[in-house]
Amino acid sequence: MSKYYLNYLDELESEAIYVLREVYSQFQNPVILFSGGKDSIVLTHLAKKAFFPAKIPFALMHVDTGHNFPETIQFRDDLIEKLGARLIVGSVQESIDNGRVAEEKGKNATRNALQTTTLLDAIESNKVDCAIGGGRRDEEKARAKERFFSHRDDFGQWDPKNQRPELWNLFNGKCFEGEHFRAFPISNWTEMDVWNYIKRENIEIPSLYFAHEREVVWRNGSWIPNSEYLIMDEGDEIVRKKIRFRTLGDITITGGIESEADTLEKIVEEVSAMRQTERGNRADDKRSETAMEDRKRQGYF
Amino acid sequence: MEIDKNQLLRFTTAGSVDDGKSTLIGRLLFDSKSIFEDQISAVETTSKKKGHEGVDLALFTDGLRDEREQGITIDVAYRYFTTPKRKFIIADTPGHIQYTRNMVTGASTANAAIILVDARHGVIEQTKRHAFIASLLQIPHIIVCVNKMDLVDFDEKAYNNVISQFEEFSSKLLVRDVRFIPISALLGDNVVNRSEDMDWYQGAPLLHTLETLHISSDVNKVDARFPVQTVIRPQREGYIDYRGYAGRIASGIFRPGDEVTVMPSGFTSKISSIDTFDGPVQEAFVPMSVTMTLEDDIDISRGDMIVRSNNKAEASQDVEVMLCWLNDKPAKPRAKYAIRHTTNEQLAMIKEVIYKIDINTLERKSDDTELNMNDICKVKIRTTKPLMIDPYRENRNTGSIILIDESTNETVAAGMVV
Repeated sequence: MSKYYLNYLDELESEAIYVLREVYSQFQNPVILFSGGKDSIVLTHLAKKAFFPAKIPFALMHVDTGHNFPETIQFRDDLIEKLGARLIVGSVQESIDNGRVAEEKGKNATRNALQTTTLLDAIESNKVDCAIGGGRRDEEKARAKERFFSHRDDFGQWDPKNQRPELWNLFNGKCFEGEHFRAFPISNWTEMDVWNYIKRENIEIPSLYFAHEREVVWRNGSWIPNSEYLIMDEGDEIVRKKIRFRTLGDITITGGIESEADTLEKIVEEVSAMRQTERGNRADDKRSETAMEDRKRQGYF
Repeated sequence: MEIDKNQLLRFTTAGSVDDGKSTLIGRLLFDSKSIFEDQISAVETTSKKKGHEGVDLALFTDGLRDEREQGITIDVAYRYFTTPKRKFIIADTPGHIQYTRNMVTGASTANAAIILVDARHGVIEQTKRHAFIASLLQIPHIIVCVNKMDLVDFDEKAYNNVISQFEEFSSKLLVRDVRFIPISALLGDNVVNRSEDMDWYQGAPLLHTLETLHISSDVNKVDARFPVQTVIRPQREGYIDYRGYAGRIASGIFRPGDEVTVMPSGFTSKISSIDTFDGPVQEAFVPMSVTMTLEDDIDISRGDMIVRSNNKAEASQDVEVMLCWLNDKPAKPRAKYAIRHTTNEQLAMIKEVIYKIDINTLERKSDDTELNMNDICKVKIRTTKPLMIDPYRENRNTGSIILIDESTNETVAAGMVV
């Protein structure tokens, strides 16, 4: 009987497909939160597998900070066209223009925290009852406590101490008007699993993940890309480096690493030898020890 | 790494701050090189701030703000590490009695349970509680780690005492595979590397044990059960008449051509194909997510279960379950709850509490029938429509239920079909 077992990537895939089908069955209007990063790309690929031969039954929702890598937006639009899916964009710029949020000031200013308001507004105005995210429990200590089906109250808030128990594979997605859920089908995946899966499935990802030449500035221990949004400081020096990005967020806060990895094989090899966490290059997580927990409580991704 | 063959092993660790649970997990992660440099430097900084010497391994499992401030585990935390042989998921659960619900949650999906015993104190009430919950949730493998051996001079007698105390107690439980390992999580003895101070111990260190546990036989491959999650009807060119039943195989093996019965309707048909995005497959087994098509047009929807015609589940509206109450509001007698079993949802009423189990002594108390938070009781449940069930000890996927209070939408209880 020994041949009747799955290897761990197959088991993780099967689990994620199961979760996606539960989301589809338990909610009226779920969307995939699509950032253009590798995790949300893997999520979209899994959704394609879960409902084959039907099309993906979810719209893709992108919270657009306005501070994007142009490559990400191009990639997003191409993917939407290929899938024939619907795209919903929540614009942080609009939230600023409407006075819903105020822009941070200074050279380390980011629109990262502002996304929460835009995200919650987009969820409310589109009557979304479940937002499917690519969050993984290995990313961060607050995420380690996250459920597959995670309840948000009518203010969009997460209450980590009062979460619904989640046993076996029995998910409880019942919610009242105005509340919503976040679902995390790849909760149990690690960064390494995601890369191995991308390689195995040969999933297309933005060119930013591959080593390329770019103008960058050394800041807080990583290479921040030069862009029209970058506020230069005295002593900042723009240099050209061969870099790649391990995660993709706003162009203002996503740091790259020096790398020669220009193929999926080389990336997988590089990641498996990495001695730093992937979020180590994200300025948004460095603000305090509980930066992620605090943002998540308020309704962040 | 040979990911083509490597399996996933989920295990739970239950314990309190004092028995070294966090240190053990920190040690496993640290010695298996699963901790990154920036995490180590963060922990070094915190260790210094707190006045500890060196790196306090326990800090690697720090979680939410309240947990850090109070030095306790409140909620289940999931942690991950990979070795060249396996991928591991740790469900790190708190050990205190008021967190029984979290222990049960962590145990529900585990292949193995690590129970920590302090070599100086031997088997205590908390050890018994953990062992009982592991047996109640039918975790296939239990590994008792006798920790802090360095504090008893690595004495074999202390280790043997724990074994006899544990075996005396566990003879009353239904556990299939129990192993004992003498360790020092603090110093690393027998965690990843073999101890140099305990020649008398001939067995394998903990990590090697976890890497080699035989887990393929833990799932039920005999009773073919396929709960339907959703019906796939593409309505697009090439697939106009396609009608596939999507789900994850709960147990057993299915093949095209199999004679199947749809429960509860009782209609029969044959499997025409088992489809996936990567193409049709010739067999599908637990826990694969697939889409089935049948030869006949039958009305099938979410909540139905496809089984092999010569081996059906039991369809019943009256179910006896071991129920663990998870909510701070006690059960309301004869109130209706939503019940979820596989993909099926009905209404249910708790008709009778047969007895409550004292989880420290294992005594059955039939005079105390109030279901409070963390209580474990045997109850009779009546549902509005039949559930397609198997006993939990034969089938974890088709033998488990949860109850939901529809006035709050909270998950209030978890049950195992007797």
